[in-house]
Amino acid sequence: MPELLKERDKFVDHLLCSGHTACPGCGQAIAARLVVRAAGRNVIIINSTGCLEIFTSKYPESAWEVPWLHSLFQNTAAVASGVEAALRAIGRLDKVRVIAQGGDGSTFDIGFGAISGMFERGHDILYVCYDNEAYMNTGIQRSGSTPTYARTTTSPPGKVSLGNLRPKKDMPQIAAAHGIPYVAVASVGYPMDLDRKVRKALSIRGPKYVQIHVPCPLGWGTEPSRTIDYARLAVNTGLYPLYEVEDGVTMVVKIPRRVPVEEYLKGQVRFRHLLEGVGRKDEIAEIQKLADQNIEKFGLIAE
Amino acid sequence: MLKGRMIQGCRAIAEAVTLCRPIVISAYPITPQTLIVEELASMVAEGELNAEFINVEGEHSAASLVLGSSATGVRVFTATSSQGLLYMGEVVFNIAGMRLPVVMVNANRSVSAPLNIWNDQQDSMSMRDSGWLQLYAENNQEACDLVMQAYRIAEDHRVMLPVMVCVDGFVLPHAFEVVDLPSQKDADAFLPPYQPLYKLDPDNPYTMGAFTEPDKYMETRYMIQRTMESSIPIVEEVAREFKRAFGRPSGGLFEKYRVDDASTVVVALGSMAGTIKDVVDELRNKGERVGVLRLITYRPFPKEALYEALKGAQNIVVMEKALSLGGSAPVATELRSVFHGRQASPRISGFVIGLGGRDVTVDDVKVTIAKAQQQLTDMEFIGLRTDLELEGINA
Amino acid sequence: MKITLGTVTHPGGSRVNKTGAWRTSVKPRFLHKSCIACDVCALSCPEGCIFGTGQKTYYANEDFCKGCGICANVCPVHDIEMIPEEAEDA
Repeated sequence: MPELLKERDKFVDHLLCSGHTACPGCGQAIAARLVVRAAGRNVIIINSTGCLEIFTSKYPESAWEVPWLHSLFQNTAAVASGVEAALRAIGRLDKVRVIAQGGDGSTFDIGFGAISGMFERGHDILYVCYDNEAYMNTGIQRSGSTPTYARTTTSPPGKVSLGNLRPKKDMPQIAAAHGIPYVAVASVGYPMDLDRKVRKALSIRGPKYVQIHVPCPLGWGTEPSRTIDYARLAVNTGLYPLYEVEDGVTMVVKIPRRVPVEEYLKGQVRFRHLLEGVGRKDEIAEIQKLADQNIEKFGLIAE
Repeated sequence: MLKGRMIQGCRAIAEAVTLCRPIVISAYPITPQTLIVEELASMVAEGELNAEFINVEGEHSAASLVLGSSATGVRVFTATSSQGLLYMGEVVFNIAGMRLPVVMVNANRSVSAPLNIWNDQQDSMSMRDSGWLQLYAENNQEACDLVMQAYRIAEDHRVMLPVMVCVDGFVLPHAFEVVDLPSQKDADAFLPPYQPLYKLDPDNPYTMGAFTEPDKYMETRYMIQRTMESSIPIVEEVAREFKRAFGRPSGGLFEKYRVDDASTVVVALGSMAGTIKDVVDELRNKGERVGVLRLITYRPFPKEALYEALKGAQNIVVMEKALSLGGSAPVATELRSVFHGRQASPRISGFVIGLGGRDVTVDDVKVTIAKAQQQLTDMEFIGLRTDLELEGINA
Repeated sequence: MKITLGTVTHPGGSRVNKTGAWRTSVKPRFLHKSCIACDVCALSCPEGCIFGTGQKTYYANEDFCKGCGICANVCPVHDIEMIPEEAEDA
């Protein structure tokens, strides 16, 4: 085996370094590496409680090469506001960037108020949400981001239920409604687009929101080797539109190769109950309709 | 003649905070803390206080914001009361666990339900397990002095724990008293700039807030417990320094008022000690050997010093504006354990008074002392109304 | 080992944890035949244990590779394959 290139140890590819305890194939680990890679060394990261925090910061081992703080579950945006205020007061905010990050649980649900406050006050912070569509760290429970009909442990399908019956909260639009300068939706399936969006966000002053779709092999019940595949499938069905909002203008990523939603749903244990036996045709049609509506609304098919 | 000027408590406290040069201030309005924060906002607006002043959407975020700023290495301040303190409760524990020297003023107020905005000490008492030092002020002069001492104590590298300065809500912030505040120059001499041990800085990165497994957590609690115990002499040291610098006794572990030869000693926290001192004087004039020990530093609980101060008394009468529902009253309970199994064993009686802002009158104090002298009391409410029907109790 | 105030940790300490021990069945073999140095394998590795500085130089650090197989799956020119753990190194 070739000698380990020691110089690469200090390279930006490894500001989130190896030895962390994420599940094999973890989508969030890939995305978090890409985010800190795009951010570079001059960043302070505030992280909420969740998988990313747990698998990178078991005392005394830390996988972070940049300054990083974890406080609680719901206060990430508020703690980040404090870091930003302190940097502003001591005149370092022009050089040091602040990132607040968390999963969908801490973003859509418990931390929602604090995020809204941070947006409203106009802090110069990039908020990154790693959206794997459930509370994964606590064992796959339903969140405000869980899509319709998905199985979670607190929205299991059974004799009288088809899983989660509520639609996914539209967090990017809620962020945009605060009038912040930049909102973007990205996917770990398209790392260069993700990288571009994070770099762009960090170049803008004011509150920014970037939501990244990240498959969770354990929670979704997918093959660990196919994490990138499933992220791409979500985009290519139209179920996870990738777009940017700046001053109301929306820029979209056109779907590279359109597929019907069944291509995405099959192979995910969390949707297996829709495909077993004769299949739940009506429910699948509903999901397809959602995809079609996104394609229509965002213009996701190239002319 | 009193040195200083006639000033409303909230303004005095705000000026004391300003003298300490906080860099980031964040708070959320709640009666009766609001006036303090309004004065700070006004001072920022007038250019008298050069701080980032941030209005947040809730107390949980106020505490979180100052946590973030403190972790970035700057001096911070926040203030709250009652529901706000309870709402930020998890952050309060978090700040202590992260060993950040945050200073907070808590305007003591009752807790809901039912909603009651007036003074008692249930709110800060509910945070006594948190790892924060707690200092209780009797009057606005001491409130201001304790704010200054609080930063000195918190930021001492031998401590590095947050400090809560408790002031009885409405009684102190809203009242006009004569307060003497030092010059900025003298304040700077007493309180040098904050030197953090660890901070968030790309030039020297750290990971803060790592989680611990069972094989390491207990040691972190042991560290805070030991540090709080060894901060007792530091609290005394800072109080001595303060007296040397500003010429008046302020702060410390407790104030003894006619205690040394007393056979009955009342123990109390905060502003009601003023009323108790009047009663002590009256009873002394009648020949009774009574005194009052006003506890200033409640956390850490200065066990040995209290034993030494009170071991000569026969009756200890603990009067408190708080209780642990279903149990007993906090200070009485802890005081009993100080004497447990020791040579001196005074009778320690506990009384709950003044909850929800009910006045503590001179007569109340006299009645309480008489009760305790007559009979050892575990815990009794003083001043309960007898004209009300209480559903499920007497009706 | 020291317990610091507030469990403050120095950066990069996780490297002592050799997660390569997690592998049970397969590991990646970089064929170095058609590699175009697109870097997608290195970017897509959750462990950040893939290194390369040009065409046909990429490899996975087996001290950390968990054997998830993403690299083999995303390589656009199929220059990575997952081989049994016991196989001889390429």
